[in-house]
Amino acid sequence: MTAAGRPGAGWWWLILPAFLLLVVFYVAPILQVLAISVTEPEPGLGNYERLFTSGAVQRVIVTTLRICLITTVLALLLGYAIAYAITLASPRARGWWILAVLVPLWISVLVRAFAWVTLLRRQGLVNNTLMEAGIISEPLPLVWNEFGIVVGMVHYMVPFAVLPMLASMREIDPRLLAAARGLGGSRGQVFRRVFLPLSMPGVIAAAVLVFIFTLGFYITPAILGGGKTLMVAEWIGLQILDLIRWGLGTMMATMLVVAILVTLAVFSRIVDLRRIFGAGA
Amino acid sequence: MSDARGHALGLKGLTKRYGEFTAVEDVSLEVGQGEFLTLLGPSGSGKTTILMAVAGFVAPSAGAILLDGRDITPLPPEKRNFGMVFQGYALFPHMTVAENIAFPLRVRGLSRADRDAKVRAALDLVQLATFAERLPRQLSGGQQQRVALARALVFDPALLLLDEPLSALDKKLRAELQEELKALHRRVGRTFVNVTHDQEEALSLSDRIAILNHGRLVQQGAPGLLYERPRTRFVADFLGKSNFLEGTVVEAAAGGFALDSGVSVRLPDGAAPPPAGSRSLLSLRPEKVALLAEGEAADNVAEGRILSWSYLGAGFALRVATERLGEIRASLPSWQAAIAPAEGLPVRLGWSAEAAVPVEEDAA
Repeated sequence: MTAAGRPGAGWWWLILPAFLLLVVFYVAPILQVLAISVTEPEPGLGNYERLFTSGAVQRVIVTTLRICLITTVLALLLGYAIAYAITLASPRARGWWILAVLVPLWISVLVRAFAWVTLLRRQGLVNNTLMEAGIISEPLPLVWNEFGIVVGMVHYMVPFAVLPMLASMREIDPRLLAAARGLGGSRGQVFRRVFLPLSMPGVIAAAVLVFIFTLGFYITPAILGGGKTLMVAEWIGLQILDLIRWGLGTMMATMLVVAILVTLAVFSRIVDLRRIFGAGA
Repeated sequence: MSDARGHALGLKGLTKRYGEFTAVEDVSLEVGQGEFLTLLGPSGSGKTTILMAVAGFVAPSAGAILLDGRDITPLPPEKRNFGMVFQGYALFPHMTVAENIAFPLRVRGLSRADRDAKVRAALDLVQLATFAERLPRQLSGGQQQRVALARALVFDPALLLLDEPLSALDKKLRAELQEELKALHRRVGRTFVNVTHDQEEALSLSDRIAILNHGRLVQQGAPGLLYERPRTRFVADFLGKSNFLEGTVVEAAAGGFALDSGVSVRLPDGAAPPPAGSRSLLSLRPEKVALLAEGEAADNVAEGRILSWSYLGAGFALRVATERLGEIRASLPSWQAAIAPAEGLPVRLGWSAEAAVPVEEDAA
């Protein structure tokens, strides 16, 4: 690789600009957040004590975890079905499918959240259609609650669930499936005993990706929750921007970072994360 | 393994078209009970398509597949009860050796005790009893191949289908497993249908070989018969090596004929000679050509000079330019070579009248 004779010398100057950028704009602010959380309003672990004493803080965490788990499960189920269909599709159809999965990624999350509001609000398309069809007499509460948040977040997360699962499914040798049929397995048995287990690395990767993503979600819950259902990110914003309680906000932000690191640590014991996030084998 | 003898397989006018392209055209074949049949041909000859049709992965465009006379053409692969060894083995990477072998039993709903007993018997059959808990990737190529065989045989299949079972192995191991496969066939007494492009493998393993080219069945028969009496130029050329001698028949009698180039041919009993005046093509195996000593006589003699030679350990391969017959290849056992070959050296080649076999030119 290196033409230079002295090992370990010189080359790392090349990554110094990137390193400095990361330290100044990423590591330093995080350390500052950590510092504020143990110094404001007074030095000590008082903010962290609230995790165990404050009902409001606990409620936000429980709500966030519940929404994240529901979103992850639904996004995985939908994503698995889509990835499976793409894997089985003809090469031509596959291109269109992948395009259909990717297009939502190119549309602003803000636009998509407001689109869901339009569809789901009291006089929205869904409620109006159902009422005109006579199926319901009162508009259903579809938005500004957990249901609305989950709908918007699942919609946002499905592509992130599809892509790692698709990558993992396409690595499955089709001859294995043919062999399983040839050895007497019905379609269902071949799926359950061969395809599903072999696609599990992709499922786990997708689960980690979606779960971590949803933990810190801000815009979609803020718009579709209508301020009534608070998730962690919005709650942090509320503490810092509206209530000027920096200590409490940064404490929760620190907990969010810790939660993400813990999730990654747990899953890195189960699967090879470097492979999941695209590092060369 | 159960004591059941193998089953008989029949193909009747099997045809497979992909749009304009005909992969298999009107192939009819009978495979007897307990027989080891090899479908041999170059790539693109349709041999794998035929095997996949038998296995049920390819739906024929026309024709029928019969098992003991019963039409099984419409059955899906999992209803045919055929064991199959895939190219590259297709072992399930997430299952241990024992789980791989138990798979066909599990999907058939066998009880755990029955499964375990059969898996153990199958592991013993391929001498892998101590590897039951390993994963496929922890095995060598030859061991993987044996697991694939055990998995294909464990559920007492009506037929065993083998798709290039030895192609992934190196030469030495291939020879070893050829013997094992042959011994296994004798032990289980089942009908085996093998696909390969390797003529040596076909010759050494099979009871019968069916040679395919461009989707058509060219010739079938016992290995020795195909080698000694090839029907067409393609068969003579594909199965072993061959010289081809062309000429016009000048003299024809009941037992043989002669060509204008001076080559005389003796025919086996009952074979009709070609009419005088017609064109004839002869196949002459290089190992049937001998190097004649000074004054030694033979039915056919050709004089020429050595064009090139190579030493192969067990023998020499010579290319000799002759005056009357063009280039002739000869392979001589080293211990019999009366001369030290050298380029340009004049030599006399000779072969008996039985050695050359008339063959047909291939249909275009």
